Amino acid sequence: MIVAVEEKITTSADKTIDAKGYWVTPGLIDVHVHLREPGYEYKETIKTGSRAAAKGGYTTICCMPNTNPVIDNEILVEYIKMKAEREAIVNVLPIGSITKGQKGEELANIGKMAQAGICAISEDGKSVMNAGLLKKAMKYVSMFNLPVFSHCEDPTLVGGGVMNAGEMAERMGMKGIGADSEEVIVARDIILARNTGVKLHICHISTAGSVQLVREAKQRGEAVSAEVCPHHFSLTDEAVEDYDANTKMNPPLRSAEDVKSLKEGLKDNTIEIIATDHAPHHMDEKNCEYDRAAFGIVGLETALPLGITHLVEENILTPMELIEKMSTNPAKLLGIDKGSLQVGKIADITIIDPDEEYAIDVNTFASKSKNSPFHGHWVKGRVKYTIVGGKIVLNNGELV
Amino acid sequence: MLRRKDILGIRDLNCEEILHILETAKDMKEKIGNKKAREKSLQNFSVVTLFYENSTRTRMSFALAGEYLGAEVADLGVATSSVNKGESLVDTGITLDQMGIDIMVIRHSMSGAANVLARNVRASVINAGDGVNEHPTQALLDLYTIFEKKKNFKDLKVAIIGDIIHSRVARSNVFGLTKLGAHVVVGGPSTLISKNMEYLGAKVTTDIKEALRDADIVMGLRIQLERQKGGLFPDLREYRGLFGIDEEMLKYAKADALLMHPGPVNRGIELSTEIIDGHQSVINEQVKNGVAVRMALLHLLAEERKRNEDTHSKWTHTRSFIQNRWDQRYTG
Ligand SMILES: [Zn+2]
Repeated sequence: MIVAVEEKITTSADKTIDAKGYWVTPGLIDVHVHLREPGYEYKETIKTGSRAAAKGGYTTICCMPNTNPVIDNEILVEYIKMKAEREAIVNVLPIGSITKGQKGEELANIGKMAQAGICAISEDGKSVMNAGLLKKAMKYVSMFNLPVFSHCEDPTLVGGGVMNAGEMAERMGMKGIGADSEEVIVARDIILARNTGVKLHICHISTAGSVQLVREAKQRGEAVSAEVCPHHFSLTDEAVEDYDANTKMNPPLRSAEDVKSLKEGLKDNTIEIIATDHAPHHMDEKNCEYDRAAFGIVGLETALPLGITHLVEENILTPMELIEKMSTNPAKLLGIDKGSLQVGKIADITIIDPDEEYAIDVNTFASKSKNSPFHGHWVKGRVKYTIVGGKIVLNNGELV
Repeated sequence: MLRRKDILGIRDLNCEEILHILETAKDMKEKIGNKKAREKSLQNFSVVTLFYENSTRTRMSFALAGEYLGAEVADLGVATSSVNKGESLVDTGITLDQMGIDIMVIRHSMSGAANVLARNVRASVINAGDGVNEHPTQALLDLYTIFEKKKNFKDLKVAIIGDIIHSRVARSNVFGLTKLGAHVVVGGPSTLISKNMEYLGAKVTTDIKEALRDADIVMGLRIQLERQKGGLFPDLREYRGLFGIDEEMLKYAKADALLMHPGPVNRGIELSTEIIDGHQSVINEQVKNGVAVRMALLHLLAEERKRNEDTHSKWTHTRSFIQNRWDQRYTG
């Protein structure tokens, strides 16, 4: 627990950390993580994913249900909670699926999962394409006061695309994914969520059009929030050059104009959350033909430095605003009593050296997977300490 | 001298490199018919062709080119090899690398497959066609054919007609021709052409007469019969009537225009038999030039490998390409 926040604390402590020149912030919260357990332990586990989180300054992470089996009932929720209690070094909050097996046919055991302690429901990895079913799920989940996290993608418009549609795809000779495949579902879900009383959260928005749709919904006073991933504001589709599948993710890296709109959306708070969409994949799933490679990149250990480098240094956000989007606002969305350093709050704390400059090296990642397009990318800002419930889990940059 | 480990696409080559390849091809062409003059510059070199898509003509052309230069040429029968048992492209590449193959020639149905292979092997890789991306050796032989007849590329008008959207040949030619100063117009039905081609510097039109008007070069592309089933045009009769090139249509081009086609040609569909066999046609020369251009590429890559023999370790890629992706890029 946080006992005192004062200029001069006279009471003695077991341990003091010299944080001169550092930022002391509420522990970071990531609402969008794939821990891959159960089912894909060769990519990541609850244990390794939580260690990656601690290295990235995260004290709480929400794990998506697209595992094998899909997290669609309370027994599986209990399994994740039990594993997390035993092996995780940060807080892990499970997210339940919207439909059984994420098949888009019948509702998952949303109420039972709510009792077991999920923090949200989501079909992440795809959209519930049956709009009527999704609307019923929204109504149903509203009585448990849980948000719906919406991955927005109409597969009929993706048509085998592997990167952003446009000039770069033309140069590379690859099939493109247009902005429309994302935007039609963003628009649809915003419309469906009206009058259901549900909090709709749009995952990983990546296009200028999506930002505008969310902005307009917020102006109308609708309960909509949105997240952006660090890679979507740090890179453009130009990075796909060389067919390195570490640049392949869904939604794809977009154009420079989209990046500009995302930054505007961050600045005017249309986008109030930064989430990683941490998606570990084995090297064999990336060191192959681009068309054949898996979608997704790891993000827990690069999010904060990318935020400092591409948002704070470029004067898009103040340091305070960055941390709000990585801690305070996620806590609000989840309705949990975190994301604050006030006296009496739980001692989830992150200490950051905002000035350290270095090149990202995937070999230093605690995550089991190294699929990041940021290897060799120069950044500013390093997490020095991560404290979870008063316990130091990252000590001067080293996992305890 | 060509300071490259691999030939992956025309997109990566600059003007000087392209012209150097064409000059080398000229030398090679003179030697094709003269056994004694042939330089055995690929003696003790091994070349393997790795064709994930069928193509007898390109594969034969590479095999002959290698043999003329004294290389050992082998074909990995993809259909009968362990690839058929699910071996990945990278694993196949590494296996061949361990066998000491010097040059791998790959054709694959996925864009960028040659790039993936190249960064995982020590051998030099030549792209013989990847997905809808590039077919650099076909474009180089087309460029060579134009170069031989027209001596220069500056301000030539080149019309490429047909199924542009699925054509890696068209794309590689557009990259090369625009770099060398030619003007390219691509023409075809709106379902087989994309405005996006303008990003590459070509003009896009569905009006074939407009495309052909005053052209110095007319290039027909093969229309694949299965596109009809995909609903991209009603039938061959209509395609031929609207987009086929015959003697009448060819008159829109300059009187001394060259007629080209990468083959195999559908006689009477994209081009009429009269013009295929007519005096403007250089289609048969293209085939001959294909061997010369491939000899040139093999020769230049082999030369570069010899020059770098001491630094070969620079190219030793391990499986951990992610970690090494930056420092292991061939730096010359
Ligand atoms: Zn998603």
